[in-house]
Amino acid sequence: MPTMNMLQAINNALDIAMAEDEKVICFGEDVGFFGGVFRATSHLQEKYGKARCFNTPLVEQGIIGFANGLAAQGSVPVAEIQFADYIFPAFDQIVNETAKFRYRSGDLFNVGGLTIRTPYGGGISGGHYHSQSPEAYFAHTPGLKVVVPRNPYQAKGLLLSAIRDPDPVLFFEPKRLYRASTGEVPEADYQLPLGEAEVTREGSDITVLGWGAQMEVIERAVALAEKEGISCEVIDLRSILPWDEDTVVESVLKTGRLLITHEAPLTGGFAGEIAATIQERCFLYLESPIARVTGLDTPFPLTLEKEYLPDHLKIFEAIQASMAF
Amino acid sequence: MTTTQDIHTPDFLRGDEFSIPTFRLLRQDGTLHEGAVAPALERDQALKIYRAMVATRVLDERMMAAQRQGRLSFYMQCTGEEAAVIGSAAALDDADMIMAQYREQGALVYRGFSYDEFMNQLFGNELDYGKGRQMPIHYGSRKLHYMTISSPLATQIPQAAGYAYGQKLAGEGHCTIVFFGEGAASEGDFHAALNMAAVHEVPVIFFCRNNGYAISTPSIEQFAADGVAPRAFGYRMHVIRVDGNDVLAVLAATRKARRIAVEENKPVLIEAMTYRLAAHSSSDDPSGYRSKKEEEAWRDKDPIQRMQNWLLAREWWDEEEEKALQETLRREVLETMKRAEKRPPPPLDSLVTDVYADVTPALQRQLDGLKAHIRKYPEAYPKGARSLDPDVSASLDTQGGE
Repeated sequence: MPTMNMLQAINNALDIAMAEDEKVICFGEDVGFFGGVFRATSHLQEKYGKARCFNTPLVEQGIIGFANGLAAQGSVPVAEIQFADYIFPAFDQIVNETAKFRYRSGDLFNVGGLTIRTPYGGGISGGHYHSQSPEAYFAHTPGLKVVVPRNPYQAKGLLLSAIRDPDPVLFFEPKRLYRASTGEVPEADYQLPLGEAEVTREGSDITVLGWGAQMEVIERAVALAEKEGISCEVIDLRSILPWDEDTVVESVLKTGRLLITHEAPLTGGFAGEIAATIQERCFLYLESPIARVTGLDTPFPLTLEKEYLPDHLKIFEAIQASMAF
Repeated sequence: MTTTQDIHTPDFLRGDEFSIPTFRLLRQDGTLHEGAVAPALERDQALKIYRAMVATRVLDERMMAAQRQGRLSFYMQCTGEEAAVIGSAAALDDADMIMAQYREQGALVYRGFSYDEFMNQLFGNELDYGKGRQMPIHYGSRKLHYMTISSPLATQIPQAAGYAYGQKLAGEGHCTIVFFGEGAASEGDFHAALNMAAVHEVPVIFFCRNNGYAISTPSIEQFAADGVAPRAFGYRMHVIRVDGNDVLAVLAATRKARRIAVEENKPVLIEAMTYRLAAHSSSDDPSGYRSKKEEEAWRDKDPIQRMQNWLLAREWWDEEEEKALQETLRREVLETMKRAEKRPPPPLDSLVTDVYADVTPALQRQLDGLKAHIRKYPEAYPKGARSLDPDVSASLDTQGGE
């Protein structure tokens, strides 16, 4: 099985999808001949032609508006927004149009073919506008699916599912891991299910939940906790919307404790939604308050990035506090 | 591509050198302007266009009255803009996609959307294709290639560029026409769309209804330029300004635009100069921002009267046929309205379908919870209770009322 980094896995998934279905069309800023600023679309124009892999003018609302129309027509657009920080000009097209297309038309029309890929997350000295994790803004929008992979294997399998899914999908790629994360990735076609969390480590004392690049941070924290004799169950949520309540509930019914971590700010972050739901469904089983270890309620800072981020030590401390409650 | 002609003095250009002429064929009295040549138009199609214009006017007047009586929550008229909307639709192939803003019901009438279909949407009943989810006038029809309307302005403009790009790749010789008002053209999506369409050479017709007002805002407060048409130059796009009350001019211009779009894969901008004769919507009273005198001046340029004069002069139409058409349409509107009003609302389950292709477990739980609640308080939720079980529905019916 070949080893790939996350970018190669994403490129490979796009290649498979485009080879299989001529309706799959990749576009965005610098996506064409150059292959994207991160090179996720390398060589796709060369292989599939300018009509199916191309640069757009620099206009995010235009990219997504165009993609909505293309998807409504029956094509399968895979649109790239260069950084998740720049998805906001397209917020109206995504929230008012993409998400509501099928519902408002009574299923006469839909944009289910649409996938929006965008790099997200901090840890690369990106400052305010190359670091954000905007998933919670979209989690409040019925009609969208929101997916975040944690490694190359996940990225390929989830992206292929996203492209073939009958609903529009926002696919957030942890750019800190684009080259840093490598692993074995089957060359063949495969899919991983949307809307399903994955228990990546079984444990009995506390459930530790995250997604995307934060999974790697969780692993480091959990290694510290295990040394202290704390048995952690680790869950990768993978899909933010719709999210897999049952897997998390099942785990918390067993462990009695829950810690949720994400890079995005605390207030209004998706951990709040998970905490509220688990509190409703596992009230009698909880042995400590649900812990949230997240970014601060500030814009994403440059120099003090390390201090801002919810790193393994902050998670480790919160695990210990939960156990000692 | 950028031109590179050099100058050596700081001479600014300012854009008011542009003067965009208005293309007109038909005078109000039904005669042609000097030198004007009417587009080839068979009698049958001419009458189809005319009947669609009258049918739209009758529908609008009756439904605005129904809104005033409280029978309908909301309404918007196409009044004064029937020639712009129907004349352009008539220039298209019936399989070309239409993406509308909201004041283009005339195009749907022309394509054969029935009064029943209009009413089902307006009353949001169980037969509404949109399942009663959107406000009145947000029509859509898959079989008539009319994209479902949404309220956010201008969002359909870049979508039209994308749709047309897909049509180009499909290679079946179809194009997309996208309608929007001059107010919507101020949105960023307008710029995004025209630029993308020009760069990617897509077969799309951008059709601007410049009717002078965006709710209360006169166009002089919308843009400083000579209307919307000059913007096409900035995108290196074909453009024409046309008298929007002149159905022959609109038809001729749109036919040519379609040829450019489909045969050359080039986008085209048409700016139709017209006037919003009615209020913006049933929630608006224009007497607060414009004069009766101004309205009267435009009433004298009524596009339907103008086409009727032309038809009468050609002896393709007479007073008796006019009277019969009006009577038939008025009767039909009333009958279909009564039918639509009495139809039940969409079933409660339709609240959660079509959010996604399949109902998610979380949504199913929410629906189940809602059903349990409504079973407890059926009188508080008569529309929802009706579809829960036949007994509740029957008891509500016998409790009287409409």
